[in-house]
Amino acid sequence: MNAAPEFEPAPGDTVLAARHIVKTYGGTHALKGVNFDIRRGKVTTLFGENGAGKSTLMKILSGVTTPTSGSIELDGQSVTFSSASDARDRGISIIHQELSLAPNLSVRDNIFMGREIPGATGVDFAEEARQTRLLMADLEEDIDPLTLVQDLRLGQQQIVEIARALSVDSRILIMDEPTSALSATEVEVLFRVIRDLTARGVSIVYISHHLEEALQITDHAVVLRDGAITATANARHINLEWIVRNMVGENFDLGSPPTGYAFGEVALSVEDVSVADASSSERSVVDRLSLDVRSGEIVCIYGLMGAGRTELLECIAGRLQPSGGRILLGGKDISRLGIAERIARGLVLVPEDRQRDGLVQTMSVGANLSLASIGSFVRGMLLSRSRERLLVEASIRDVHVKTAGGSAPIGSLSGGNQQKVVIGKMLTTNPKVMLLDEPSRGIDIGAKAEVFRLLSERAARGLAVVFSTSEVAECLSIAHRIIVMHRGRISAEFGGDATKEEIMAASGEAVVTDHEEHRSHHRDRR
Amino acid sequence: MTDASPDRSRSRPRVSADGFSLAKLLLEGRAFFALIAIIIVFSLLSPYYFSVGNFLTMASHVAIFGILAVGMLLVILNGGIDLSVGSTLGFSGVIAGFLMQGVQLTTFGVILYPPVWVVAVLVCVLGALVGLVNGVLIAWLKVPAFVATLGMLYVVRGAALLMTNGLTYNDLGGKPELGNTGFEWLGFNRLLDIPIGVLVMAVIAIIGSIILNRTAFGRWLYASGGNERAAELSGVPVKQVQVSVYMLSGICAAVAGLILSSELTSAGPTAGTSYELTAIAAVVIGGAALTGGRGNIRGTLVGAFVIGFLSDGLVIIGVSAYWQTVFTGAVIVLAVLLNAIQYRRRVKLPSPAGGSPTSPQKDKATTADPALEKTAG
Repeated sequence: MNAAPEFEPAPGDTVLAARHIVKTYGGTHALKGVNFDIRRGKVTTLFGENGAGKSTLMKILSGVTTPTSGSIELDGQSVTFSSASDARDRGISIIHQELSLAPNLSVRDNIFMGREIPGATGVDFAEEARQTRLLMADLEEDIDPLTLVQDLRLGQQQIVEIARALSVDSRILIMDEPTSALSATEVEVLFRVIRDLTARGVSIVYISHHLEEALQITDHAVVLRDGAITATANARHINLEWIVRNMVGENFDLGSPPTGYAFGEVALSVEDVSVADASSSERSVVDRLSLDVRSGEIVCIYGLMGAGRTELLECIAGRLQPSGGRILLGGKDISRLGIAERIARGLVLVPEDRQRDGLVQTMSVGANLSLASIGSFVRGMLLSRSRERLLVEASIRDVHVKTAGGSAPIGSLSGGNQQKVVIGKMLTTNPKVMLLDEPSRGIDIGAKAEVFRLLSERAARGLAVVFSTSEVAECLSIAHRIIVMHRGRISAEFGGDATKEEIMAASGEAVVTDHEEHRSHHRDRR
Repeated sequence: MTDASPDRSRSRPRVSADGFSLAKLLLEGRAFFALIAIIIVFSLLSPYYFSVGNFLTMASHVAIFGILAVGMLLVILNGGIDLSVGSTLGFSGVIAGFLMQGVQLTTFGVILYPPVWVVAVLVCVLGALVGLVNGVLIAWLKVPAFVATLGMLYVVRGAALLMTNGLTYNDLGGKPELGNTGFEWLGFNRLLDIPIGVLVMAVIAIIGSIILNRTAFGRWLYASGGNERAAELSGVPVKQVQVSVYMLSGICAAVAGLILSSELTSAGPTAGTSYELTAIAAVVIGGAALTGGRGNIRGTLVGAFVIGFLSDGLVIIGVSAYWQTVFTGAVIVLAVLLNAIQYRRRVKLPSPAGGSPTSPQKDKATTADPALEKTAG
């Protein structure tokens, strides 16, 4: 968006330079001509919101994916990586945000997976185990090399992931959210290891949602927003406020809360609802949460990944069973009803992942749009094609889907239009309450604004809307009320006039305190 | 500033641009062209092949597999597989034979001779029950379809063998004085010169086609086969759909069993062994995707005819049975190969914008093994 952020190439100390990197997925531009330098022996931190393109950029730099266009220079030489192992052979390794370990194998076998040390009879397991022990000693972790990864707790698994990257002797080490499951002490150890590495000339790229923590370790900060670099600066000159301002931006108007009408009755009432963690029964991902939404009201739920937003919405929609509490729709208890019955009574969910949960890729645009309201065009035993066509055409107009027609394959649409199909599908059921889990995820800013405009129009006509987001700017758009979720509970509630800093602070994003507990909850979506 | 609009126009023209290309036509109608090629080749090789009489005879052979394949198609559209249909076919014949011999009710001291239509209905109910067991195992108890139906393959075959002690019911004709004649009607009679079995297949195909294209159930089936999670969140009763397809598949197998035992005027417990594989082959040759959500009745029937006309043709020109097996296998592999080519282009879907860490499973899948990602693409 910002045409040319201040960009000073510093050839002397740049080990890797990415130039004009563009990456598109279908119709979505994940990266829009990014210039990114990795400085030798320094920690370069990449800041950005979810979906800003951080992970995509890192996957490109580590050879996991290839850019649509653009070039990469390693030590001044132009290079292309054919695969992650190609990049690794050139000294670039990556610690993925999501663990990429084989849980059924031992720590030793995971660390040397794909690069086994040859010995007299196949693999030199003793040598591998010895090196594993050294790595674990470096990381101050007491883990036996023969322990199975599945028997380790999440933080230890992350340590193994880090150890694997360290074992390669890389020149460039990319860490994508390496600390999300680590305890405070483990983070300190990791930071010490990072300083050791940089002292030895290793260049680090660091990505973290914990802004203050990242500020402690960073030498150079780069901010990415909507696929473009918005700011770069030396760590000496920046503070938290600078990062937040550049991450969130304020250049695009996503609308304002619809006004000029009074809210109706309470449409949806969530009473003390808890959802148990799928992996451990004693922990709750949603913890005795209560919430009332009136018809015509737009409520935004903000929270970090793993705060319990998705679980809350899926529980209200009927996909997850609550472990306690009840859900009322228009005053009637619907806790025992199935998804189809809840849809029939006017409660719909637009899921977070539209590829996985929203669309049937084998069907046309029209069949997707009409899927939730088949009953409305059945005549006798058979479907009425003419009625279905009318419904589909009305829906395409209604939510402004840009498509060749109802019979076009769903895969021919851009991300934003696919999302509109998912929303349109649920709107054709004439809902009273609409839940949307990250409705703006992976769609460009224009489509985002269109989706929000659609929601505020519907709210003005009496629809109760609850949407979740991990972008602060979206909270401050059309929502009448902002609810911040943290560890399965409502940690704060604001009107539409809250500030970004208030919201982020309540979500735990900018807070370093109570590290340990927070982190163990941070990855609970697995 | 550059990203707002080009996305939607980019991929759209491609759909129509190659819409009429010859390669695409050949690819999409491949099973049909293969059938024509088979007919031409065998007609040239043998003077006996190209005649109405022979076609009708071959069609009645195809009917058994065609009926099984229609049921199998429903299961495969759902993303499942039903290995038990061959055994269900055999068991149905045995039950029909058993009922035709008369049911002795010792407590009343009478022997009941149910009329043929009652036998047919009871056998279909039996097929549905086998399907119900399959469906409940798969939908509610989460047993993988392959394993559940493999188990039922053995269980049902075993039951058929137990019923007869391994022997065959030979006398299915019934007696006029008992009022249970007419069983051979299915296998021997003709209506307008067309064997009844072929007509039954046609009726089942038409019903299947209407179910798939014109009913809510059909739409639910395509949706839950294409993406079960999305279908469920759209209010589709995915579990009921899943159970239903196995029941329908069981009924199709029972009908096929009735026709086969009627044609043979005997019911052996080993009838229909490995027929499930032929049915799966017909569905696959017909262009359905084993992953679910894609396929139709027309293709499946053509697939059944390809297999039937090929193997009968090989018999007519005197190729040994061993070679027939080899040819049939080669045709199946070729069909799957072409399926892979056809669907490969469509499978490349725009994935959601990268870098978004809110989908652990998906991100994990793509990052876990970069090499896999490359080769799969």
